[in-house]
Amino acid sequence: MFDIRVKKSLGRFHLSADIKAEAGLTALFGPSGAGKTLLAKMLAGLVTPDEGHIELAGRTLFSSAKNINIPVHQRHIGFVFQEHRLFPHYSVRGNLTYGNGRRAGKATPVSFEKVADILGLAALLDREPASLSGGERQRVAIGRALLSNPKILILDEPLSSLDDARKREILPLIEALKSEFDIPTLYISHSIEEITRLADTLLLLDNGAMKAVGPTADILTRLDLIPYAGGYDAGTLIAATVTAYEPAHHMLTLETAGGGKLYITGGAKEIGSSARLRIRARDVALSKTEPKSMSILNRFKGRLVDHCSGAEGMEELLLDVGFPLTARITRKSFEDMKLTKDTPVWALVKAVTISRA
Amino acid sequence: MSMSPAELDVILLSLKVALWCVGISLLPALFIAWLLARREFYGKTALNVLVHLPIVLPPVVVGYFLLVLLGNRGVIGAWLLDHFGISLIFNWKGVVAATAVMAFPFITRAIRQAIEAVDQNLEVAALTLGRSPAMVFLTITLPLIIPGILAGITLGFARALGEFGATITFVANIPGETQTLPLAIYTLLQTPDAETAVWRLVIISVVLAFAAIALSEWLTRRSNRRLGGSV
Repeated sequence: MFDIRVKKSLGRFHLSADIKAEAGLTALFGPSGAGKTLLAKMLAGLVTPDEGHIELAGRTLFSSAKNINIPVHQRHIGFVFQEHRLFPHYSVRGNLTYGNGRRAGKATPVSFEKVADILGLAALLDREPASLSGGERQRVAIGRALLSNPKILILDEPLSSLDDARKREILPLIEALKSEFDIPTLYISHSIEEITRLADTLLLLDNGAMKAVGPTADILTRLDLIPYAGGYDAGTLIAATVTAYEPAHHMLTLETAGGGKLYITGGAKEIGSSARLRIRARDVALSKTEPKSMSILNRFKGRLVDHCSGAEGMEELLLDVGFPLTARITRKSFEDMKLTKDTPVWALVKAVTISRA
Repeated sequence: MSMSPAELDVILLSLKVALWCVGISLLPALFIAWLLARREFYGKTALNVLVHLPIVLPPVVVGYFLLVLLGNRGVIGAWLLDHFGISLIFNWKGVVAATAVMAFPFITRAIRQAIEAVDQNLEVAALTLGRSPAMVFLTITLPLIIPGILAGITLGFARALGEFGATITFVANIPGETQTLPLAIYTLLQTPDAETAVWRLVIISVVLAFAAIALSEWLTRRSNRRLGGSV
């Protein structure tokens, strides 16, 4: 879908990236100052790389070798900025249609009605941007970018300026965009929660250098990447299907492709649906013997696959319990339990700590 | 208060000159203001000084420069006469030239400040939506600086109505031809027993100034409302 090989130096900061991404939602993850926005701006033509090559959907946008540098307005990139950047002198409708129909050559242009419907903008069309709430503004900004019929949608920390309630309002909409519109998306964030929930592919960027690229679930189970992929909040992404519902306790049973079973609370209507679950490494406890008579519902029998020392007396572990699972325990416990590779262990996870990603 | 034909001549000439002054200055001022606000180029400081020179120089000096440059034998004046048959000496067109030079820095300043206040992020967003830089200027920048343009027009109009020194130096004080309001007042002040006539022109000057400011305020408020009051 896009292919970026660029180098850029700004003062003492050096960015060097080599990325290929396919359709779907690709997340660019890294701490503040890693160069995420700079990379996105080079893709959009807002910053010129020192050298390299940028290709989007088979079209060369930049090439230092061939002296090509397509200007911003001809790149067909929908950019949603951290701040909404709505035009104050246009109504919501005027903002939404500003770039509309300017881009020919797409078989099925995004329809105004569909965007307004999915983003819940129908009631806001005649309002002025100044009268909108933060969440509403960001929804309009997303709609405006979509309606310019972009070849790729760049969302640059679209939630960072919003409070938690607004974030919970926008996140499901971004998920809906994934399924409703077939537009490749580059999602920039420094929140591992958002990434785990949304991303198909994960790009880790740290201090101007690419650390890893790959499917989100794979990247999250690599112990060496934990410092870059969440750190304290690092965890595993598990894809599972809801197979049973127990009405008396509102309990759901979920099964992974490998046959692992998980228990969380939920509603009956979810039977048969697939779910993305996130288990933080720090919420996993270990036992060498089969635990009995305790409150923890999720008890997975498995073995220790790999481990490495983490920050400040912590040990990071990778388990195979029918699916890959990362765990973090103190080094003291690790040594007291005499754990080594292939030690059989039980992993214990409280149902209430499992979040729906 | 009914006006004498002579007074009416002075007022109509003054208004004509002021309108022409703003009319011919506006587009160049917009361009120069945009250059100064948005572009970095060699000689920018020199251009900035040149534009502001009429504010700091004595108007008589500006008038003398105009005489040298725009007189029928001046570098620009001779060219205008040869190619277009336009002579600026001792006629109302010369008054327009003098007032335009004096008003230009005020118009440019007001517009430049408005351009500098426009959030360039909005222009960048418009570019990413696929509009060309020229369209972005017309649909984003220009509407957002309308209050600044109105302020520039008002300032320029007022400057043109009040211009004295450069005008009298460049095109003299000829009734019906180059005698605008301040020049007419000056003439009457030197005439014995013309105190009433002076007062009449002074009052007319004040009324015109108030009317210009009121109109501009009204237009600015209207455009601000259109901009959602959030500029």
